Amino acid sequence: MSAGPLSSRFDRRADVLVGGLIVLVGVLVPLLNLLTPVDSPLHLSTYTVTLVGKYLCYALLALAVDLVWGYCGILSLGHGAFFALGGYAMGMYLMRQIGDRGVYGNADLPDFMVFLNWDSLPWYWHGFEHFPFAMAMVLLVPGLLAFVFGWFAFRSRVTGVYLSIITQALTYALLLAFFRNEMGFGGNNGLTDFKDLLGFDLKADSTRCALFAASALALLGGYALCRTIVNSKLGRVVVAIRDAEDRARFIGYRVEHFKVWIFTLSAVLAGIAGALYVPQVGIINPGEFSPLNSIELVIWVAVGGRGTLYGAIIGALTVNFAKTLFTGALPELWLFVLGAMFVLVTLLLPRGIAGLLKRGEAA
Amino acid sequence: MMRLRRILPLLCMLLAMIADAAADLAEGLDKLKSSNFKHKAEAVTLVADSGDARGAQILQALLDGRLYIRRADQLVVIVADNAATTELLDAATGAALGTAAKSDLKKIAINNQMRLGLRASLARLSLGDPDPDARLAAVHALIAAPSEQTQVMLRDAQKTETDERVKRAMAVVAALADFDDESPAARLAAVETVRGSMLGEVRNRLATLVEENADGSPVEPDAAVRAAAGAAIRDIDAARARYEFIETLFFGLSLGFVLVLAATGLAITFGVMGVINMAHGELMMLGAYTVYVVQQLMPNHLEWSIAVAIPLAFIVAGLVGILIERGVVRFLYGRPLETLLATFGISLFLQQTVRSIFSPLNRAVATPEWMSGQVVISDALALTANRLYIIVFSVLVFAALLALLRFTPLGLQVRAVAQNRAMARAMGVRAGWIDAMTFGLGSGVAGLAGVALSQLTNVGPNLGQAYIIDSFMVVVFGGVGNLWGTLVAGLGLGIANKFLEPYSGAVLAKILVLVFIILFIQKRPRGLFPQRGRSAEA
Repeated sequence: MSAGPLSSRFDRRADVLVGGLIVLVGVLVPLLNLLTPVDSPLHLSTYTVTLVGKYLCYALLALAVDLVWGYCGILSLGHGAFFALGGYAMGMYLMRQIGDRGVYGNADLPDFMVFLNWDSLPWYWHGFEHFPFAMAMVLLVPGLLAFVFGWFAFRSRVTGVYLSIITQALTYALLLAFFRNEMGFGGNNGLTDFKDLLGFDLKADSTRCALFAASALALLGGYALCRTIVNSKLGRVVVAIRDAEDRARFIGYRVEHFKVWIFTLSAVLAGIAGALYVPQVGIINPGEFSPLNSIELVIWVAVGGRGTLYGAIIGALTVNFAKTLFTGALPELWLFVLGAMFVLVTLLLPRGIAGLLKRGEAA
Repeated sequence: MMRLRRILPLLCMLLAMIADAAADLAEGLDKLKSSNFKHKAEAVTLVADSGDARGAQILQALLDGRLYIRRADQLVVIVADNAATTELLDAATGAALGTAAKSDLKKIAINNQMRLGLRASLARLSLGDPDPDARLAAVHALIAAPSEQTQVMLRDAQKTETDERVKRAMAVVAALADFDDESPAARLAAVETVRGSMLGEVRNRLATLVEENADGSPVEPDAAVRAAAGAAIRDIDAARARYEFIETLFFGLSLGFVLVLAATGLAITFGVMGVINMAHGELMMLGAYTVYVVQQLMPNHLEWSIAVAIPLAFIVAGLVGILIERGVVRFLYGRPLETLLATFGISLFLQQTVRSIFSPLNRAVATPEWMSGQVVISDALALTANRLYIIVFSVLVFAALLALLRFTPLGLQVRAVAQNRAMARAMGVRAGWIDAMTFGLGSGVAGLAGVALSQLTNVGPNLGQAYIIDSFMVVVFGGVGNLWGTLVAGLGLGIANKFLEPYSGAVLAKILVLVFIILFIQKRPRGLFPQRGRSAEA
């Protein structure tokens, strides 16, 4: 098995390469945007910066999925929910930053609440005007949900496709819930019209570049963290659980604890990705909870090659780049391509692009 | 005095009958030409009471705005169709008069008050209709305009009425007019007569009897009448609550059976074969589109379209299913998560194909005449016919499937492969062929579910997505590999959903059901009816 916890020489080299590339992109892209004149051939438009920034958030999300699926064998079809929850926590902070600059000019209530004739802020919105509190929520809310959900699910030994289906039910239930206006999260329209973050204008190039750099940094940090975990003793137990859960249990490991641990950590990473994603795209709505999104991100990992970490990043970047290309040029073809990708990768390329590269190296 | 007032109109009617019907009709038609609405109203009564068979047609035309005066000879004519063509009929004789330009005609205008009178007159005329349902509708229409005259007429008609339902309705509506009678005994008798009737107007009229005036004194002076009215209202309310319960149960059952139908195909592929087919919803969509295509191909035989579409949908979805199994799924046995992803890719593929061929817009599928309308159980309870048919259809499909799995050689082999693949092969069962057949069978049932869905919702490329998660929930809740579990789970979830809806709203009801299943799976990871087996690793 090439995806074992012991890093092969190939893996170590890939680590250095991917890490280096992230640093390079994280530094170079903002510089090319800020320091070059607009008409220079080297200039990168702010649109491109935002687009690539979005991809980096997706890559972090894919990394989170790879950690649970590739190393722990838990196929979560609901990771989009953790991403969206992190995004909503960030969105709530950004909403509170708008203050009286909204359409209705109400300093105490976001626009959509004024529109719904609410006269005071719901209790769960309190505290979100403070950045540290909001950031704590970005970590806590997805983490707590994953912990509670995982605790119950893994303790009752819900595994395999059953787990996949109930994670899908979870994100579907959240989708329906967030669509309701009564929930107090903007209903159908979600949260949008953000103005600034920590006092910096979100429309300014410099803010965009700072967010981009933050995304690159988060991806690098997430990568390093995941790599440390999978190379540690804990990582080896997790892989053992993936390959033979009952044997790991018979040997004496508390399988549930390891699973809950990894699942929660992965959800927190997904939440961070969501929080970095929202200020860059400028909107968060219930559509992010849709089961389709969650399944799509699984295919990023599958295309890149699961159980490798760098594969997840490669997959997220490739698939999303292809998506941008196709939805721009031939939108009606994109679903055909995506569908074909699902089928072909599972049938012909079970180790993904990473497996292909590795085989090329070995030959 | 009372008696005289009741007899007088009767005498008038008798007189009118004796008079020559044709003469009355002619006079009525002549009076209709007047521009005075009062004269026109008299004309309506004349035409209605003329006893001429053409009366109803003339009044209906007047109500629909199709009665005109031909300018050339001042003849009253009926325009056959109000739209483009202007074919004329002589109102008095019914003779065809050819066509005419609209400019040659003058419409006979009516006002709202006349409209009320017209409806009542038409209803009175319909009391003589040979069809009991038409007579019943006529009686119900008369509720809106209670008068001494209608009362007499109804009591009269009651004597010759043969249909029990119509007779009862006539008695109730006639009694309503007695609510204003001066004698408490008559009012009491009226209240007792209407007791048990579920008509909305009856409840309203009874309620006025137990109300209080502004000074706190009761509207109804007689205590016995008040008590009787109160008891009647309680009866009605209790009956209504009962009917509401039955109705909710019916809606729950109908939703439940749709879920069962959608989930049985999945229960076969997932339960018997252990294959997660995420494209199951899209196979249902293909079934629904089959109905659409069949209806496009035979637009003149809509009533037969469903009969043609049912086997066709089974075949189309089944063949696509076999194709999926042979092309993709068979390479992935034993790797359920990969199967899940690959079939999901196929579902995207199918969706986009349908979108490219039929456009992303929803398509309207017609409901055949014999499936539409309502099945009236009582005045307060009517069940939609198409939902009833879907329940029957689901039961039939389910029973057929059970029989197939239990009593046919194919079923035996399917069960053998599901229980012990290696042993079945050793006994000479061609496992690969059985896999394809089982998958095709499950997919075909999905196609049948699509036919049912096409009668309930819009047919569009996203049809399948809306049901796939629910179907999975049903299968997982019921216990994998157990068709009875699927039945119980589907019905249970459907009914629970419908009973929660009035309290929580549709969306919240759905969320609650989902959360319930998520929690339930924690408690019983193998569903309601788990499959028993010896393997440590399920």
